[in-house]
Amino acid sequence: MSKFGGKKKEMPAVNTASLPDIVFMLLFFFMVTTTMRETNLQIENPRLPNATEVKKLEKKSLVSTIYVGKAKDKKFGTGDKIQLNDKIASPDMIADFIYSERAQRPEAEHKFMTTSIKADIESSVGTITDIKLRLRDVNALKLSLSSRKVSEIQQ
Amino acid sequence: MARRNTPEINAGSMADIAFLLLIFFLVTTTMDVDSGISKKLSEKPPPDYVPPVIKERNIFEVNINRNNKLLVEGDEMELKDLKEAAKKFIDNGGGEGKIENGVSTGPCTYCKGSKDPSSSDHPNKAIISVQSDRLTEYGMYIKVQNELLRAYTELRNRLALEKYNVTYDELEDAFKKDMNNASLKKKVEDIKTSYPQIISDAEPTSAN
Repeated sequence: MSKFGGKKKEMPAVNTASLPDIVFMLLFFFMVTTTMRETNLQIENPRLPNATEVKKLEKKSLVSTIYVGKAKDKKFGTGDKIQLNDKIASPDMIADFIYSERAQRPEAEHKFMTTSIKADIESSVGTITDIKLRLRDVNALKLSLSSRKVSEIQQ
Repeated sequence: MARRNTPEINAGSMADIAFLLLIFFLVTTTMDVDSGISKKLSEKPPPDYVPPVIKERNIFEVNINRNNKLLVEGDEMELKDLKEAAKKFIDNGGGEGKIENGVSTGPCTYCKGSKDPSSSDHPNKAIISVQSDRLTEYGMYIKVQNELLRAYTELRNRLALEKYNVTYDELEDAFKKDMNNASLKKKVEDIKTSYPQIISDAEPTSAN
């Protein structure tokens, strides 16, 4: 009995020496997973439209993104511009873009590839249609019109 | 020379520094999930393709002009009324369904519409055609697409609730979690084919 209650021992301090290690581990995890936007936007950051009926894009590695919006640099002029990879491009270059995207992925996955269009809400439907027609020409039929998920739309 | 003890570096604040960095990365990390309205483009038709003749009443025409105004079946309409109008059109069920593999799907038994003979025959025949101008704002275009999709979702949810006592969204979520479940798959397919999404984008009118 006295073995348990008798002696008044001081509570030993919890050893916190490994705390920095744990924190560093977490730190490295976040440093590695953080993606600092892989492409440099040449256009103004598109303000995506809001929608309620959105679907998440499941496989990120199978998504190729096309940006549409106004150019940051005035030398490209005003109006809607299309950005593929890092450069502002003309609609006619979309076919080559899709082919190069396909070349980077195994053939079996080609039919699951999705093109995501990130367009600014103020861009015109004509530009989007141009892109759609080009995509149809190269048989890239899966399309996602990027929008932000909201629960209710203000009319 | 007496050997002096090298004083230990106080590492007590290391945790604080690491925490600070950790919090910085925690805050800046954007696990941005790309989401959007998914569309399937139609395949490029062969040059000698003759489009099938579709009855006028099976087409729900939505026009968006360059001032972002809506014209639905020839009448001006507010965006907030579009969903109801589309639902009414899809769910009309005024006639026979389309013939699939030689078997007629028959009249729509689950439709709750008014069975108006001047509106669509069957959900699987009802085509929504969206025509926009080249100068229409993309934001408006998305809003219209979204309203039309909502009409389909609400109809699908209603049917799924009636048949299986769950909404279509829940059914789909359950199926995504359990891809190999045959009965779930059948249910999802059933609802999907009952109200197939047929939204076609007509060639936009040009500015000139």
